[in-house]
Amino acid sequence: MDEIALPDIQEPDLTPLDPRYKRVLRIVGAIYAAVFLLAATIGEIALDGWEGVFWIPALILGALLVFGLPGRRYRSRGYRLGADELRVVKGVWFHSDITVPLGRVQHIDVGQGPIERANGLATLVLHTAGTDNASVSLEGLAHEDATAMRDEVREVMRAFMQ
Amino acid sequence: MRDNAPDVPQRTDPRGFVIKAIEGLRAALLPAAAFVFTRGADSGLLVGAIIGAASIVISGVFSYLAWTRLTYAVSETDIRVESGLLSRNARSVPFERIQDVSVKEGLLARIFGLVELTFETGAGAGEDLSLSYLSAAEGERLRNVVRDRRDTQAALAGEPAVEEARLLFAMTPRRVFTFGLFNFSLVVFGVAAATVTQYDDLLPFDIWDAEAWERRLAGPGAWLSGLGVFAQAVGIALLLLALALLGFATGIVRTALREWNFRLERTDKGFRRRRGLLTRTDVVLPVRRVQAVIRSTGFVRARFGWHGLSLVSLAADAGASNHDIAPLAKEAEIDPLVVETGFALPGAKADWQHISRVFAWIEAGKRMRLWLFLAAVILVVQAIVQPGSPLGSPFWALFPVAIGIWKAARIFVAMRRTRYALDKDHIHLRSGWLTPYFLTGAREKLQSVELSRGPLGRRFGYVDLTFGVAGTGLTIPGMPVDAAAALRTELLASMRLRDFSRLN
Repeated sequence: MDEIALPDIQEPDLTPLDPRYKRVLRIVGAIYAAVFLLAATIGEIALDGWEGVFWIPALILGALLVFGLPGRRYRSRGYRLGADELRVVKGVWFHSDITVPLGRVQHIDVGQGPIERANGLATLVLHTAGTDNASVSLEGLAHEDATAMRDEVREVMRAFMQ
Repeated sequence: MRDNAPDVPQRTDPRGFVIKAIEGLRAALLPAAAFVFTRGADSGLLVGAIIGAASIVISGVFSYLAWTRLTYAVSETDIRVESGLLSRNARSVPFERIQDVSVKEGLLARIFGLVELTFETGAGAGEDLSLSYLSAAEGERLRNVVRDRRDTQAALAGEPAVEEARLLFAMTPRRVFTFGLFNFSLVVFGVAAATVTQYDDLLPFDIWDAEAWERRLAGPGAWLSGLGVFAQAVGIALLLLALALLGFATGIVRTALREWNFRLERTDKGFRRRRGLLTRTDVVLPVRRVQAVIRSTGFVRARFGWHGLSLVSLAADAGASNHDIAPLAKEAEIDPLVVETGFALPGAKADWQHISRVFAWIEAGKRMRLWLFLAAVILVVQAIVQPGSPLGSPFWALFPVAIGIWKAARIFVAMRRTRYALDKDHIHLRSGWLTPYFLTGAREKLQSVELSRGPLGRRFGYVDLTFGVAGTGLTIPGMPVDAAAALRTELLASMRLRDFSRLN
């Protein structure tokens, strides 16, 4: 279940996300699983006599989305706020490792979706002028951490200006 | 938490939500009207009225709720806006990042004396912060606050001394004509053919009716079919010649319309480019805003030593972010232009690095995959459905295989020819399979760095290295992991040196 970590890229000093984020991923997974199961049920009703052709794959997929994946996804993610850059690492199969120098940040968002809000989490979004990766989002932070990081980034940006 | 308390959070003007409710209503009017039309006046009118009334209520309620949840505050260092009903969002825009504040008055807004304020930063399209609606006085106040704070910042940066306009590059009619020859295009022929198929009902005869053509040829055209093979060959040759002439003429006309009297000058504000025959455009590009330089060419024009040079600038400049500054020029003309931009093209001594060879094979394989699958499908279908018939020949499966080989070979050559180089201030990327395309970016003007890879990349040890550049994409695909990590470290070091606002 584990060698998601990429020993050659990922360094050990990444900060893990808030543990509550695993729960958020699980809830989102459950919503997707429910949708798949609903579609499978409709399929079962439509296709008489082939019990299980839709349900079994949908159940396996659903179990993966609720129980298997959230843990792996959580562990594959992390960030590091350095003195003058933010690094965001994510992805189980498709791995991505983005670094944004704080001197390149245009503006900052702290956003909360309904599920995040219920769990006290927030997403920090850094906007840059680049065409690729114009907005780099870091999900799964405690809301107070996200606002504190926002203020920290602002401080670094101001220090750059002086 | 903060050393300087922001202003008290304020709401936008209450009349603003009325405008938004009316704007929301506009979207609902069409379906309501559609009902009236489709159902006839008696029952349709009622349904239409209900839909209309419901939309007024819903749109009004949502506009009101959204209005109560949106607040803005001006602090010493930035503007903060909080918004959202279910999803809350707090945005912070630092003053030093705001390039300009634009004021927009729509028709409805003007009636109420309101304005919409947009704070323009270098951020990608649609990501700029806007406040709608504010009273005209409040809009003016905010604009002045931002401009004051920004000007004190800008005064620190300083602008170079004023100098006179200097002509850097111009295209003579002869050069435009030459350029037109390279822009050979059969688009007119395509348009004509498409028009004929589109409107063939309107023609007085059916052009797809072979028998009618035979009859027509049998009459006055009988001499044509009687002329023999040689004359028919001459006829086809003449047709091809006419097509070629049409293609060249189209290219020349289109090029002349766009590039006529092309003049590039260096003024105190930056590069000024004027061109065009019927619509003449006049664009000024501040030198500081230039993010990257592109030198490209075509397969044929490269044989004659012609190249094109264009600049990539901050996306905020007048829509397009890619500006030709020399559409067709010799190497000797391009070099001084590049010097003016402050960039340097990769020289003869450039230390070019290849990307991973295994990656080139994998990309070729990916292109092959689909076409081989198609060939397999053809073979299977033939074996089941039509054994023995002319369509059943396995020969047909060779077509997708040939296309697959062609596509795979193309991408393989392109990847083997992709290479990158670093110098003190720039990163250079060369791509293209037949003719080289050079992109040169300023190291300190890069915005972000991403290492990314999928399962194949992990198995074979390569990553894609993507840089954020304002106005263009810059990805070095399939780099060996160690080289990519080292390159990232080195480039981050040059990006750290200076802040965005000092660079652009």
